[in-house]
Amino acid sequence: MTIQFNKETFRDDYSFRNSDWAIKRFPFPFHEDSYMYSVNMEQHRGGPEGSVYEKRFDVDEHYVSEMQDRALVLADDPLRCQSLPHMTLAGWDTLELIMVSKSEDYPDLFELDRDGDRWRWINKPMGIDHTFTFLDETTLPCGPLEYITRQAQGDFAVLDQRNDMLYMDAGMVTTQADWSLDFDIGMDFFEWHAPVPLAHEMGIFKRALKFLLNIQQGAPARRLNWTMTVNPLLDTSPENYHKWGVQKATLTPDNIGAKQHLRVELQTFYRLPRSNALLFPIRCYLIAFQDIVTIPKWGRRLHRVVRDLPEELADYKGFIDNRPLMLDYLSKFDDGLPTSAGVWPDLDTEPPLSK
Amino acid sequence: MSKFQFPESIRSRPVYGTLEPRPGKAHLMIADAEGAEALIDLAAQDADLIHAAHIIYIPKNTGETYVEKLRALAPAQLYVGPSYEASVPRIRRVLSDAHMGLQIYLAGTEGLMGQAMNEAMHAGIPHSAVQTEHRGSVARRMQCVHCKGITEDVMTDPFVCSHCGLNLFVRDHYSRRLAAFQGVCVDAEDPGNVPEPVELYK
Repeated sequence: MTIQFNKETFRDDYSFRNSDWAIKRFPFPFHEDSYMYSVNMEQHRGGPEGSVYEKRFDVDEHYVSEMQDRALVLADDPLRCQSLPHMTLAGWDTLELIMVSKSEDYPDLFELDRDGDRWRWINKPMGIDHTFTFLDETTLPCGPLEYITRQAQGDFAVLDQRNDMLYMDAGMVTTQADWSLDFDIGMDFFEWHAPVPLAHEMGIFKRALKFLLNIQQGAPARRLNWTMTVNPLLDTSPENYHKWGVQKATLTPDNIGAKQHLRVELQTFYRLPRSNALLFPIRCYLIAFQDIVTIPKWGRRLHRVVRDLPEELADYKGFIDNRPLMLDYLSKFDDGLPTSAGVWPDLDTEPPLSK
Repeated sequence: MSKFQFPESIRSRPVYGTLEPRPGKAHLMIADAEGAEALIDLAAQDADLIHAAHIIYIPKNTGETYVEKLRALAPAQLYVGPSYEASVPRIRRVLSDAHMGLQIYLAGTEGLMGQAMNEAMHAGIPHSAVQTEHRGSVARRMQCVHCKGITEDVMTDPFVCSHCGLNLFVRDHYSRRLAAFQGVCVDAEDPGNVPEPVELYK
């Protein structure tokens, strides 16, 4: 399959759009008509053909534009990519994992030729053809983590493992759901999750940590997380919150379908071979409400989830003020019919909207 | 003076204890303002410990209140400095000489303890091995997440960033690396709608 890369923006005029292909493969995160936290981990060993789960690092129509947006964010604020001194080897591990995976999974887009430690990397969509020496930083224009994550969609947290604990010791973070790498770098697993309500009391993080500490090489895992974003803004950072926060107050009944986006994170977890660090890619997918409701099952279900979400979660996810407006819009796409189990669109079997 | 009981909070917020004598080959004590009282209480439990200690003390607004009392404890070394910043080269020098068996005791404001803790961590000492005791002001050291500037001794929520001038609310989310709490724009979604500042913990 050849991907047609969109020319689009995630800021200013927000020309970001999802094609019909991208809508149907969207990682809809709700497997039932309600939502609560859970340690919703599963193995990351492929998925249905064409789905975002199929490849190790999904590449889609937004790839080139997302990488341009990342470059803009980094030019504004280089602190979005940081690596504590002991994490350089994990950066090389990350570079290797992504280059090997992409060249194997997308041979028409990426090539990697390895002759000992002389590596030639070709990234056709971005027009890169670069020969360098593996594990020699002087042969790259920047650190290995920054180099490869300027060419891979999604944020990347690199977690050091010691004392039966994970530490957020490196990362590339430009498409985040309102957390700051610069503030959180060096924190342990419980500390960087400290602001999350309810989940600590539910034991979620203790169980998640136990699971993550035991992830083995070659056996990656994945889960979904979600929030809401007004406008297709990738960089919903705390750093720039004083600039984008006001956009949350621009929703009206007329523009909500186009402006309000469901933001889904496909989180994956890979054990890295040399450093024993854990690579935590957090891939962000955005979809406008008006595109979600073209899938009848998703329209019905999203209404029910948003309606029934506990106050604390709606507040933490930052949409409590806009919830009434969202429900007015979404209720038009909920006819009360039951929905099929699971996340898939089930277009052939679910009835059309009867309202 | 009674000790302030901090309300229960989130996992990144530091929790302070009560200093107790611990066996060690050397003892480094860093305190500011009313933190001196914690050292005096420690001396009451084990005077010999203080005789072997290096005390670094920044009186801040307490002036001479505690200086002579500390001198009377007869520490091996006593430094009284005009500001925390001024004491940092000395702290680094002492830590660079440190050997296994050094005990560190921090007492006073959160800002002092946080920054001194950071120096100890840079010297390779795990934060969990350092004792702390809060005394005195409950003011906080805040980092503006927007401009990255640090505002010292914040007493109200919200407050004005001393660098970029944004109105920030005071979060409990705390970074040991920065020795600061996080301040986030309070009127981002409704510019100009800034709540009246309220004194912390009131």
